[in-house]
Amino acid sequence: MKLQQLSLFLENRPGRLDAPLETIAAEGINILTLSLADTAQFGILRLIVREWDKAKRVLEQAGWVVNLTEVVAVDVLDRPGGLAAVLKILDGAGLNIEYMYAYSLRRGDKAILIFRFEDPDRAIQILLDQGLHVVDGDELMSFAAA
Amino acid sequence: MTHESRPWIMPVPNPSPDWSSEHPIWNPIAETLPRAEREALQLERLRELVGRVARVPFYRDLFAHREIGPHSIRSLADLRRLPFTTKDDLRRQHPLGFLAVPRRDLARIHGSSGTTGKPTFVAYTAGDLRIWSELCARFLVAGGLRPEHTAQVAFGYGLFTGGFGLHYGIERVGATVIPAAAGNTRRQIEIMRDLDPEALICTPSYALTIADAARELGMDPRALPIRFGHFGGEPWTEDMRREIEDQLDIAAFNNYGLSEVIGPGVSGECTARTGMHLQEDHFLVECLDPETLEPVPEGEPGELVITTLTREAMPMIRYRTRDIARLDRGPCACGRTTTRMSRVAGRTDDMLIIRGVNVFPSQIEEALLRVEGTTPHYLIEVSRPGTLDEVRVKVEIHPEIFSDRMDRMQAVRDRISREIQTVAGIRAHVDLVEPRSIERFVGKARRVLDTRGLNERES
Ligand SMILES: [Zn+2]
Repeated sequence: MKLQQLSLFLENRPGRLDAPLETIAAEGINILTLSLADTAQFGILRLIVREWDKAKRVLEQAGWVVNLTEVVAVDVLDRPGGLAAVLKILDGAGLNIEYMYAYSLRRGDKAILIFRFEDPDRAIQILLDQGLHVVDGDELMSFAAA
Repeated sequence: MTHESRPWIMPVPNPSPDWSSEHPIWNPIAETLPRAEREALQLERLRELVGRVARVPFYRDLFAHREIGPHSIRSLADLRRLPFTTKDDLRRQHPLGFLAVPRRDLARIHGSSGTTGKPTFVAYTAGDLRIWSELCARFLVAGGLRPEHTAQVAFGYGLFTGGFGLHYGIERVGATVIPAAAGNTRRQIEIMRDLDPEALICTPSYALTIADAARELGMDPRALPIRFGHFGGEPWTEDMRREIEDQLDIAAFNNYGLSEVIGPGVSGECTARTGMHLQEDHFLVECLDPETLEPVPEGEPGELVITTLTREAMPMIRYRTRDIARLDRGPCACGRTTTRMSRVAGRTDDMLIIRGVNVFPSQIEEALLRVEGTTPHYLIEVSRPGTLDEVRVKVEIHPEIFSDRMDRMQAVRDRISREIQTVAGIRAHVDLVEPRSIERFVGKARRVLDTRGLNERES
């Protein structure tokens, strides 16, 4: 149920994002979603792509330092209080969220959030116990294609 | 001339090491002299030296000008009344202007590598060669060599002092030498497999080349017969020591010397490995601030300045080595009483003065090593945007320290800053940069970019 996320180190200067994205695009790899965390000097680009192993290889060949992390996608009602309800559950279970970001596509009245947990397996168990819907890789892909 | 007429050679008694001891000392008398006795010996030799170097026109003129003679040396502190000798002085007296003995008394002539100009020659009498072997024997034994061992010397034999210096040192210990000389790495490995030497003698980088070559031949370098190595002839780091020890499964010892004063044998490590024991019955070693030429507080890094107490052919008064190291006069677990010097941490040529603080690229390297466990590519940028110097250290990201978490990345950057503050005593901005974004040059990497316009440095 976990998703493989690629992270890249980038210096924070104009146009710096283009090069890795072009490298992936040139290989015909689809980017499902991306998020950029940055400071004034550097940034961390996080990507979820269809073929993460191929993407990792071509990026590394092009000289990038690439990290692979497991993240968890959860769908949430896209209305006021939807996110708060999920956060409350996670908080109540004592789960630490390292960071989170929204998936680029929505499904009807649902938005998808990507979470980076310290312990993703435990997080998935708790989310499922609480009746939340954890979106796995295939589902995420299929719905991107839809 | 007989040796009896040269009293400065003699006060070292013949060694009688106790081979049954776990950590034998090659010359148990000279290497464990109480401080007061050693200083008395040094003073006697220094006074005699000042009289003797008057045969060198360079010193004769300087001494005459300053009215210096043996009478000027009443205590070791009077060393500071004597002039310095620099590499440029040696070049100006090219080829053999520093001889203190007639040419016919020479037994050998070596030369420096001449990377920074034309080579300088270094001459030895038979007495100098005897002492040189003795000094090499001392550090070889301190670092594990025994008479029953075989040592493979993979140093260049030639004008360079490394090969012959170590060769005769090994013979002096009574061990077996394989003079394999530098190069032909496959052959080195074949010799090792055929002859089972316990010791490898070469530059630290060549030790790693041997390990690489063994792997290329499909062998495990750890399975090679060597058990320890004495490495020198170029600066290296603790990081490199760990690499060598890990890749070859040996104990790696450091030794120090420079051809201008004798060659290898000025100092070397014992098994405690807390610095290299200086052979103070033959060298007076000062540690000075390279700008002010005042002694640095003990334990602080400074330029080593060496006076040769017993060299006959080419004695040196206060030779400025340009090597930066720290001195430790505290006791050593091995029982030797001599001062220990740290690894050479840099060259004065590389020194940066930042807001009045002397900083060496090697200190930045040490800070990076502490944080990352390895030395990444880095560049020190020094500028002066207003009236104050500003330092920016660019550090290339590599997989071991990269994290997808921003807090971790910021923590790495902050730790590097703090370590630089601790090691080098300066505040630096740390920029984490993309891999391969710092320009590489053939041979040496450029470590410093100083745009203050005060001095042009390329290092
Ligand atoms: Zn010791």
